[in-house]
Amino acid sequence: MIGIVKYGGYVPRLRLSRRAVAEANAWYAPHLVGRAKGSRSMANWDEDSLTMAVAAARDCLGPSEERGNIRSLFLASCTLPFAERLNAGVVCEALTLDQTVEALEFGGSQRAGLSALTQAVARVRAGGGDTLVLAADSRDSRAASTQELDFGDGAAALLLGDGDVVAEYLGSGTLTVDFIDHFRAAGEDVDYAWEERWVRDEGISKLVPKAVAAALAEAQVKAEAIDHFIFPSTFQKMDQQVAARCGVRPEAVVDSLQDRIGETGTGHALLVLAHVLESAKPGALILVAQFASGAQAVIFRVTEAIRSARPAKGVSHWLAHGTEETNYTKFLSFKGRLVLERGMRGEQDRKTALSTAYRHRSAILGLVAGRCTETGKVHFPPSRLSYEQGNPRKDTQVPHQLAERKATVLSWSAEYLSFHRSPPHCYGQIDFDGGGRILMEFTDVAKGDVESGTEVEMAFRIKDIDEVRHFTRYFWKAVPVRPAAASDRPAAE
Amino acid sequence: MAKGIKDKVAILGMGCSKFGERWDASPEDLMVEAYLEAMTDAGIAPEQIDAAWFSTHMDDVGTGRGGTPMAIALRLPDIGVTRVENFCAGGSEAIRAAVYAVASGACDIALALGIEKLKDTGYGGLPVATVGTYIPQWYPNAVAPANFAQLASAYRRRHGVPADLLKRAIAHVSVKSHANGARNPKAHLRKEITEEQVLRAPIVAEPLGLFDCCGVSDGAAAVIVTRPDIARNLGKRDLVTFKALQVVASNGWEMQSNEWDGSYVHTARVAAQRAYAEAGIANPRTEISMTEVHDCFSITELVTMEDLGLSAPGRAVHDVLDGVFDAGGKVPCQIDGGLKCFGHPIGASGIRMLYEMYLQLLGRAGPRQLSAPRIGLTHNLGGQPSQNVCSVSIVGLEGA
Repeated sequence: MIGIVKYGGYVPRLRLSRRAVAEANAWYAPHLVGRAKGSRSMANWDEDSLTMAVAAARDCLGPSEERGNIRSLFLASCTLPFAERLNAGVVCEALTLDQTVEALEFGGSQRAGLSALTQAVARVRAGGGDTLVLAADSRDSRAASTQELDFGDGAAALLLGDGDVVAEYLGSGTLTVDFIDHFRAAGEDVDYAWEERWVRDEGISKLVPKAVAAALAEAQVKAEAIDHFIFPSTFQKMDQQVAARCGVRPEAVVDSLQDRIGETGTGHALLVLAHVLESAKPGALILVAQFASGAQAVIFRVTEAIRSARPAKGVSHWLAHGTEETNYTKFLSFKGRLVLERGMRGEQDRKTALSTAYRHRSAILGLVAGRCTETGKVHFPPSRLSYEQGNPRKDTQVPHQLAERKATVLSWSAEYLSFHRSPPHCYGQIDFDGGGRILMEFTDVAKGDVESGTEVEMAFRIKDIDEVRHFTRYFWKAVPVRPAAASDRPAAE
Repeated sequence: MAKGIKDKVAILGMGCSKFGERWDASPEDLMVEAYLEAMTDAGIAPEQIDAAWFSTHMDDVGTGRGGTPMAIALRLPDIGVTRVENFCAGGSEAIRAAVYAVASGACDIALALGIEKLKDTGYGGLPVATVGTYIPQWYPNAVAPANFAQLASAYRRRHGVPADLLKRAIAHVSVKSHANGARNPKAHLRKEITEEQVLRAPIVAEPLGLFDCCGVSDGAAAVIVTRPDIARNLGKRDLVTFKALQVVASNGWEMQSNEWDGSYVHTARVAAQRAYAEAGIANPRTEISMTEVHDCFSITELVTMEDLGLSAPGRAVHDVLDGVFDAGGKVPCQIDGGLKCFGHPIGASGIRMLYEMYLQLLGRAGPRQLSAPRIGLTHNLGGQPSQNVCSVSIVGLEGA
């Protein structure tokens, strides 16, 4: 049996109030006020598609450091930070996957996530081993555009394999058609979209049912048997209309989370799937469809194993832990659409020595420390000589992973002096469970969140952006542990 | 066990420029200002200087690398000039090098000069420093106020001190230093301030506000050292001699192990104990007449009182508020205004601290003169609490 072994997702903490956006732009675009309901997810300044993919992968895989079963990693996105330099390779380093993992990227359309999924199935079927599918987007949009209100940022992760699958792959259908509802030329920031009525009537309504029909045929499932119908679209009631055309029961249509987090792009269908799986019952049939340059549909049947398989936190956790952001200029600034005065301290050169980065990639990207086998003490960064007052040890350190360990704040401050994209700049010393100490930046924090003694966990984030050479460097940051809310618990349990 | 430096080397002369935003002065002008005063005080000719040490921290603003900027500015007579750099403790390193050179017998007379020209950057605060290629890839783009502010959070937790009480105590540190600095014509900041002003100032790095941070200043200071017998032959009486010179550099223990609790400065405690042993001081609180400590931030000074053994652990908050370190207190601290008000031209600060000790011990400190001090301590800290170089020096009247 081939299918989904593990699943997870990630939604950034910030939720931009659509009302705040609409009100700020009302002088110019009063027509947007009518759309100003709910919120959209908004990446922090130090998040991009790559960091969100890592977050979703960690949610999917859980805290275990044993990830040797993963043989391939597929990363789908239309907004990866690097055009060359394998973004998926950075993800592999962050997840401390084995060097022999084959990492690929999928892009070019919003259905790249589903394409990665079906290719992962093929890879597993061919005996290629477990394949991790990640999909993430952090899309740009013009100020006062409908996309600005509709889009969101987020990521999803699915581990495909032939072991204890929680959802069995039953079949899929694909149509590749050059139907241009929108396009974005290479090197451009924002989409150019055609009229919604044409896209609804000529595109979605005609192409998606064909792909769905093909998937149902391959899966040997009747449309009315589908329990969960996932079709992300920013168009009002489009999912209901497509379901009706396909013969799917209206009550099977899954809430696309549009009101709460927006449409998160390439990963959105898989994000909603991961959310559905949290509470799905064994035997349930799930159909996931996506429209883009044609259409694609995939069908799964939930198994008994769903009862015991849980993501580390789960999409419901991320949904419950949003923080409303009403500051529209912060959003514009984070998206690079508003250039703020930085002062001279902002002129600092952030050039990265690539040879240094390579030499220390395990420490920087994987957050791997060195543990002295004689004293048990953990050193970050790793070093040949280990401290031990009066008796330093030589060449005794072995790799010791810190990324999945909790830590406690020893000391901290929040300052307004250095240039920071989201002041105050907050950092401090943290002590890891099991040993190890790092003076580290905090992220996703508000005033009062950090105190000496606060428990924190690790997040893979953008460290610095070199705007001269267009290079992004990544490292880990500390985030206060936010306990699961009662409402996070899946209803199925 | 080494015998130490006690009474082997004496100060022959000292000079110190006016500190401040010296828009009028180039680095060369500042060096000349301090050097000429020291030479006049020493009463020697340039040809009598055997070797010189030059302390400056920032390469990229002001002064430049190597020994030549000082050799050229002072037109030194074809002697060795060595640049030393040890963060904010560089001035003390230059002193130590010159003193050791004299003590070894390799030199009869040696010069140490520290200089920093910080006010050519175009912005306030310390210049943005470069730290190699690896550290920026993981270490926060941190600034000094936040590095030192972390002492406060760890100190509060370690000793159970309420945030408002600690904030008030460190406010007193700054109020005291401003009162002292107001009486020092060479100081950068010469206005008295109130506790309320300190408490209401904008936050720079939690919990430090504007008045919890020292001045960023231009300035230079110089010392000429020799053996006591040579000094006497040159007509000097009432010699100030070195009793102890200790420097300790962090080896990563504080920043990397889980053992240091972040509420004190480890190197300062080690350096202080070694300095007391070298100088033969058994009870610092009664034997030390005065201190000049590295009050880059108010919290640093408070914690340093414990590191030096002048306050018991957890008691500095109360000693500070009780005025123990005020000008009229038991162990006056920063009688010249300290880094806080005299100013902090990085490479010069260690020598500036010595300058005040020298003036006080010789009774030349004018309106801020203390009553008959005999032993002074300087504490010069470079880096940050979690990783630093700390110097503790003790000087006193010969025979004290």
